Amino acid sequence: MKIVAAKPELCIGCKACEEACSKVRFKDTASEKSAIRITPRNGEGHDINICNQCGECIDICPVQAIYRNNNDIVMIDKEKCVHCYACVGFCPLLAMRYHKDVVGPFKCISCGACTRACSTGAIFMEEVLS
Amino acid sequence: MVCKNSDSVEKLKAKHVKLLESSFEPKKIHRGYADRSLYVNLTTNEVKVKPISEEMKNKFIGGRGYGMKYLWDAVNPDTRWDSPENEIIIAQGPIGGITQYPGAGKSYVVTISPLTDLPMDSNVGGYFGPLCKFSGFDALEIQGKAKRDVIIFIDGDNNKVSIEEAPEECVNSHILAETLTEMYADSEEDKRNVSVVSAGLAAENSRIGLLNFSYYDLRRKKCKLKQAGRGGIGSVFRNKKIKALVVKKSGVKGDLNNPYDMDTIVKLGVKLHREIYENDKDQCWMRVHGTTQLIDVMTPHDLLPVNNFQYGQHPEALKLGKSSFEKMFDLGKPDGCWYGCTLACAHALKDFEIKTGPYKGQKVFTDGPEYESLAGCGSNCGIFDPVALVETNFYCDTYAIDTISFGTTCAFIMECYERGIINQEITGGLDLRFGNWEAQMELMHQMARGEGFGVVAGQGIRRLKKLFVEKYGVDRAFLEDIGMEMKGLEFSEYITKESLAQQAGYGTANKGPQHDENWLIFMDMIRNQMPTFEDKAEALYYFPLFRTWFSIVGLCKLPWNDIMPADNHLTDEPAKVPEHVDNYVALYTAVTGKDFSKEEMLHQSERVYNLQKVFCLKMGKGLREYDYPPYRSVGPVTVEEYESRKERYDKQLKEKIGVNPEGMTVEDKIQVLRKYREEQYQTLLDAVYKRRGWTRNAIPTLEKLEELGIAYPDVVEVVKRFL
Repeated sequence: MKIVAAKPELCIGCKACEEACSKVRFKDTASEKSAIRITPRNGEGHDINICNQCGECIDICPVQAIYRNNNDIVMIDKEKCVHCYACVGFCPLLAMRYHKDVVGPFKCISCGACTRACSTGAIFMEEVLS
Repeated sequence: MVCKNSDSVEKLKAKHVKLLESSFEPKKIHRGYADRSLYVNLTTNEVKVKPISEEMKNKFIGGRGYGMKYLWDAVNPDTRWDSPENEIIIAQGPIGGITQYPGAGKSYVVTISPLTDLPMDSNVGGYFGPLCKFSGFDALEIQGKAKRDVIIFIDGDNNKVSIEEAPEECVNSHILAETLTEMYADSEEDKRNVSVVSAGLAAENSRIGLLNFSYYDLRRKKCKLKQAGRGGIGSVFRNKKIKALVVKKSGVKGDLNNPYDMDTIVKLGVKLHREIYENDKDQCWMRVHGTTQLIDVMTPHDLLPVNNFQYGQHPEALKLGKSSFEKMFDLGKPDGCWYGCTLACAHALKDFEIKTGPYKGQKVFTDGPEYESLAGCGSNCGIFDPVALVETNFYCDTYAIDTISFGTTCAFIMECYERGIINQEITGGLDLRFGNWEAQMELMHQMARGEGFGVVAGQGIRRLKKLFVEKYGVDRAFLEDIGMEMKGLEFSEYITKESLAQQAGYGTANKGPQHDENWLIFMDMIRNQMPTFEDKAEALYYFPLFRTWFSIVGLCKLPWNDIMPADNHLTDEPAKVPEHVDNYVALYTAVTGKDFSKEEMLHQSERVYNLQKVFCLKMGKGLREYDYPPYRSVGPVTVEEYESRKERYDKQLKEKIGVNPEGMTVEDKIQVLRKYREEQYQTLLDAVYKRRGWTRNAIPTLEKLEELGIAYPDVVEVVKRFL
């Protein structure tokens, strides 16, 4: 499967990726609505937080609303979701998101919009074993 | 005869006879409330949708508060459990049904108990309560008695309620819940929108019947069951000839409570989910072991009841603990009993082979035993085989009897049997020695079949004591000492001999000796955090009220202190888990939109608690004398008990009482210790009643009722009779 991979050492903190993600998903530019998050690291540089499609959230969901699609990307079925946010609390990477304007949790669906917005190559699509 | 379905679900349904079908207006929930209840009278086949007044809502909040008020209005002092006017009320609370904060799916059931003749309350998970609320009802109130077995079906999708005669289905819950879920669901996907309340065969023949509340497990494709266990509510249910209650409501989402401030609820929920994710494996391991881990916690502290509460430890005790069940549980799937409960303590076993009774040889999917069931039916009866205890638990659930009352009663019988107080002539040939699991199971199967000594045992300890004294001439005083019941209810499963505060916690509990009001043993005995009578009285004021609050708003208690913030021990009052209390205050406002505080939280509970207390007075009990426990819960009754902890007791004689035990007989030492401990208990009662605003005879004062805003004429009239 293709996931968003990161080289934090190349990140300049411009947050273009956050804006791109938020625009694609919610037609908004707010960082808080982005599935990828850039945070300044203590000292220098930036941390890049993004879902690695590990799928641990799949087993946490009480209503089987989280599943892998044909490309093995972890998706949320909005119809089934009962908004318990267990997946948010139980994500090992804290990469499952929520926002007060959005109903239910949301996550990276590996669309690649963020990688296209990145000017330094700090994030990029990478093929990994499913 | 084996209780099983003889026909297909379609054919069983075809035999149903609709006695009534009634439509109701749909009602959207506003800030946690539907502001309506559904009243059903089974004698007259009447259904009414009743508005809930602002006064009712402001004073009694929901859940147990609504249940107590409805029951208060419905019954008179002569009402008994089987009187037609007795009600079963199932109520949710305003917070109940939210999906974001763990433990928010509880229902509270209230009725006049066949064991105590007093108002009983019991809490239970499963989906029935929330689905009932989302169908438009904060409470379901059932009165009267049907002529033949009926099902009450609340169809929240089509806004209809019906009463249907249902003659054919097997009543045992592991079958009935599956049958009715299939019958009322439109498809496999629809099954999670159906919840069934049911009992079983032993509930029909005993006073210790329980109610099972179902929820459908999507992954295992099976119904799981949670129990409203205490006080014989299932016996009332079957006496009313209710075969089942069924609710169906599809489209559950996180916002159906239409709360005031969803954002705060989500933030609080996510915070607690994360706390569970990070801390459960350093704390209680509820997600893996459930409450079975308590066996491992209680045993080293001498708190696990063994052989009818004589002892607190046993070399084999840990066989019943977490390591056994970790191997047996079917883990790795969400085990919450309502959406979003990530504490997930409701573990189950698959393909469990039954060895006795009507389902012998069958492989069943079954819920795992909880701590109380393991301690009650296991260690307290001298049984230490975890596999056997899974079967005991399975049958208790499907036959619908309370594992605590059954276990404690069985333990009492076993002690009487071993001491020669009763014999095989009386037990009908059952060799009810401690440790004889086969005999225990046969006792239960008899209860289900309505035969033999099983039916006698199913009446509970209070009635067994009376029988043994009156029919067989047994010494009453000794039976009163070792028969572990108060107010007619059997004790739950903790040794309290070294915790005065917990003795009074059990002793002063309104419904009888159940730990949901108080669990003070560690604070008192292990950590010595309340050395004075006033300290203990303060705890016995605060904790029953704090714990009552869960029952009026629709929450489970476990996510309060079976998971804690990592820095909880650094707070001023770690036993209260202050951060979680703050969560609850914020949660209440976020759902209802009302200003709230920790003080108002206690005030809400205190109203309900005092109404329940006056209710006990109304029913002819409730005075101080009803708070005196059997001595077995206070200190050693027998020479063997004394000798088993001789060092401890001798030390107490010397250091606390100032008596030199050298040269005294054990019997004399027991008497001196008893006198001291009983005096301590009485002194504590004085302090507790004073702190609660009650008289020395345990009666709420008129000033207290005024302060709480419940000095209604009929409440005052009851109290005045005793003042």
